[in-house]
Amino acid sequence: MTAIAQRLSVWRRDSVLPGFGLTLGLTLTYLSLVILLPLSALIITTSGMGWQAFLDAAFTPRALAAYKLSFGAAFIAAGINAVAGVIVAWVLVRYSFPGKRLVDAIVDLPFALPTAVAGIALAAIYASNGWIGGPLSILGIKVAFTPLAVVLALLFEGLPFVVRTVEPVLQDLDPELEEASASLGAGRLQTMVRVILPSILPAVVTGFALAFARGLGEYGSVIFIAGNLPMVSEIAPLLIIIKLEQYDYTGATAIATVVLLAGFILLLVINVLQRWSRRHEHRT
Amino acid sequence: MITPAARASRIAIKEPPWLKVVLTLSALLFLLLFVAMPLAAVFVEAFRRGVDMFFQALVEPDALAAIRLTTFVAAIAVPLNMLFGIVASWAIAKFDFAGKSVLITLIDLPFSVSPVVAGLVFVLLFGIHGWFGQWLVDNDIQIIFAVPGIVLATIFVTFPFVARELIPLMEEQGREEEEAAMSLGAGGLQTFFRVTLPNIKWGLLYGVLLCNARAMGEFGAVSVVSGHIRGETNTMPLHVEILYNEYNFVAAFAVASLLAGLALITLVLKKFIEWRSGDTGRGAPL
Repeated sequence: MTAIAQRLSVWRRDSVLPGFGLTLGLTLTYLSLVILLPLSALIITTSGMGWQAFLDAAFTPRALAAYKLSFGAAFIAAGINAVAGVIVAWVLVRYSFPGKRLVDAIVDLPFALPTAVAGIALAAIYASNGWIGGPLSILGIKVAFTPLAVVLALLFEGLPFVVRTVEPVLQDLDPELEEASASLGAGRLQTMVRVILPSILPAVVTGFALAFARGLGEYGSVIFIAGNLPMVSEIAPLLIIIKLEQYDYTGATAIATVVLLAGFILLLVINVLQRWSRRHEHRT
Repeated sequence: MITPAARASRIAIKEPPWLKVVLTLSALLFLLLFVAMPLAAVFVEAFRRGVDMFFQALVEPDALAAIRLTTFVAAIAVPLNMLFGIVASWAIAKFDFAGKSVLITLIDLPFSVSPVVAGLVFVLLFGIHGWFGQWLVDNDIQIIFAVPGIVLATIFVTFPFVARELIPLMEEQGREEEEAAMSLGAGGLQTFFRVTLPNIKWGLLYGVLLCNARAMGEFGAVSVVSGHIRGETNTMPLHVEILYNEYNFVAAFAVASLLAGLALITLVLKKFIEWRSGDTGRGAPL
């Protein structure tokens, strides 16, 4: 008896609170049924098709063009958002101005607005007769139905990830660092670039990775404005749906596996990054 | 107490005024162009042909059916994921066990899965050519291209919202209060309802709010499993897509404006909860 109890206590520390077995059991059951079993269906179906068949289905020229667009546009949008997000977070944390609370609430809009709604709104704005698309088309810049449109849609979806990741770190930043820098004769701009930026860098990179991961899989906000021309403005998630509609399950599954694995790798990277930024916070 | 920001402004470490103005204006301009403008466009387009056309689009039978279906799906998915969130955070925050961080990562998993992939996995399981396809046909059960598939896909994408809100909150609150209640003779359920629940109520509400917004607005995952049957398997976002692709822009934006209204209500409630719970901002959001 004591041996078993001892072995159990290695596995979990004793607690006087009840319900451990029940709640953990329910958690694992629900998680398995709703998330893990469905996801394993994708992995098992893919592994059943054989290596060569997978490569043939997952890396057709059209699929490669779609990955390139999805990865490229997500990367560029996350990069722009990393810069813009830091500026927005900085302004929200450090300055006060009229309407600040409204601005703060607007930052979260992309989280709350359904992607399809954002999608048709962006399509209306950037159409050749739209609010922004109109003036741009006079300048000879075409947005709708180009890769640029994909970047713009992902710019919308990704911004809050950077702002909300950087904001708390900026809030907790010790002003003594800036004072020290100033008293040692650094100019304000120099202090911002050389002292503040390095302290918030882990958070910026985490926000970038979150926005990038979101952009990779994004569908609703992109498809209305992208025009979905094969090889030009067709994103990977859309190609999965097209393959499904053609009853090409092998193609859909293979491409989905590539997108899924990319998402998992990013999730791992984000986890490592978050640990890094937490350690960084403790150090400073 | 002097806040860091107040101290910072007291000591001469402020930016020159021109830089302050430039930074503020560029932040506002960016938000206006890329975030606020799409919201404004929804309402402008919805009322482009007048108020009558707007309301006509909303009372049309297919639109009403879409509103009903969206409400129905959220009414199943949100409570289920809420219960899961409470149960999972109790197990994770109140006990120590091996593999805890793995479990937390697994709960976050749906956030890193593309919505389209989330829909596809259910087609692979329950579609006609799927693992259980033949069995479902034999028993005359339809999941894909029917409401159960939509519910499953919605549960998948909204799975982590409540749990990831509650886990850090309950971990921070520790176990002392519950342990005190138990040692004073309270039962497990009594302890939960009298001690734990009042402590986590704002966090719980916050998670439910975000979960509901996503459940009602989900598009990609639902699009894969729905089959787009008008009046039957069209949720509001899917109805918006159909109307838009038929060049019925006013109707598309009218239905979209309902969803945008839901988003605005969500944002207002979110700010309210942050204010009530004394939380000025949150870390990594989703």
